[in-house]
Amino acid sequence: MARALREAVSGFRRAPLLIGLSALMVGLALTVLALFALVAYNLRLAVEEVEERVEVVAYLRESARPVEIEAAVQLLRSLPGVEDVRFVSKAQALERARQELPEIAEFSADLEVNPFPASLEIRFLPGSRTTESVEGVAAAASDFSFVEDVRYGREWMERLFLLRRIAAITAMILGGAFAAVATLIIGTAIRIAVFARRDEIFIMRLVGARDRLIRRPFFLEGAMTGLLGGILAILLTWGTYQAVNRFLFHIEWIPPAWSGAGLLMGVVFGAMASSLAVRRYLRGV
Amino acid sequence: MIKLINVSKVYPRTGTALESIQLQVPKGQFVFLTGHSGSGKSTTLRLIHMSERPSSGEVLVDGFSSRRTPGRDIWKVRRRVGFVFQDFRLLPGRTALENVAFALEVTDTPRGEIRPRAQRLLSKVGLSAKAGSPVHQLSGGEQQRVTIARALASEPLVLLADEPTGNLDDRATRGILDLFWEINALGMAVIMATHDLELLRSYSAARVLELDQGRLVFDSQAPGSGG
Repeated sequence: MARALREAVSGFRRAPLLIGLSALMVGLALTVLALFALVAYNLRLAVEEVEERVEVVAYLRESARPVEIEAAVQLLRSLPGVEDVRFVSKAQALERARQELPEIAEFSADLEVNPFPASLEIRFLPGSRTTESVEGVAAAASDFSFVEDVRYGREWMERLFLLRRIAAITAMILGGAFAAVATLIIGTAIRIAVFARRDEIFIMRLVGARDRLIRRPFFLEGAMTGLLGGILAILLTWGTYQAVNRFLFHIEWIPPAWSGAGLLMGVVFGAMASSLAVRRYLRGV
Repeated sequence: MIKLINVSKVYPRTGTALESIQLQVPKGQFVFLTGHSGSGKSTTLRLIHMSERPSSGEVLVDGFSSRRTPGRDIWKVRRRVGFVFQDFRLLPGRTALENVAFALEVTDTPRGEIRPRAQRLLSKVGLSAKAGSPVHQLSGGEQQRVTIARALASEPLVLLADEPTGNLDDRATRGILDLFWEINALGMAVIMATHDLELLRSYSAARVLELDQGRLVFDSQAPGSGG
């Protein structure tokens, strides 16, 4: 293995331009994929932020007694997917309206009766903000006799989930297409690098080198090219991320696991492409 | 040591290259393999090197059979058979020493022995003074000597040479032939493909085999050949 590593490193030294170009191609191919991941990740965050607003509001009758309300809160909290149930009293509802709507603040001082009903606001766990889950909880809330009305913006929610589904399918198709293109480009870049050293492979076979001894340096060289390309892709994507944050709008950086997966992809694809390319030349001589 | 038993080689596109070749080359023999272009000389050498397998029949090299030796063990045959080409096949941009050392590196030579052995091999072919020269700066004859040194790296039992003097002038040709004889004198068999009949006349001690359209039509050692 030490010889293979020495050979791989000397391969870099002997043809720095070729391997540099090869790593650049791999890097650019992975950059396209990484930029797509950056966009997809931030879109996902945006959709999740909107999803956080998914909630069921159960408006209570005037006659609702505190003990009944407490029991309902406990029961609703125990339902699957429910993150929290919060009781909003009539006074809190009025105060909130005053803060959010200035026109109400103007005339509310003259009000003799508080027109806002008390309510229960039911929020959901991240994985449970689905139409089925929300409808189930809304139905459970409306079963209480002291609940007058239940609202959860059904139409809005259905649109949101449709949007999320479209986004997921688009991401999958586009991501798959980008990954396929990246694989092809990486494969071609590595094949060119191996092609340039076909004379070495020929001589190795000619003088009686074992196949595994021929394969290993190329395998490592492919992996190193992939790694360099992966690092380049991360640097370029990081630069883009910084520029967008500085000059356009705020976005989040992709999770470290995604960057790690990108690097690993470069290494694995590089090594695989190199091995496959060498195998072609091993059939000769 | 080398046996071709009823060997035929047929290529799908160009047809029959060799037909029913029976041949035996003992250790230490010097053989000229001659014939016109396309007569099957190079094919014969490639079959002995096991770069190719016969379509029918069997090639035996030091006990390794073309029928029974799996692809993963072909390297064992290659280390017993040195190969020299007309067009040298050297690694451009590397020195003579590096070219020879490369063959040693990839054939399990201990690291510390590579350089001195490469130097010794270059001395053997009379090129120690040019060890540090990039091969593209060497003359044709010198480049061919580097390929011979490389072919000797694994201490083979036989040296195959496919028109090794085809690109060389008369003087360089003589030099290479003399070198082959010296190597042969040390006990290594040499099989050299050539269509240069002048060479055959000058080195009359060698066995001469002639191929014509894939058939062995003359063997100077066969009874009644007059050779």
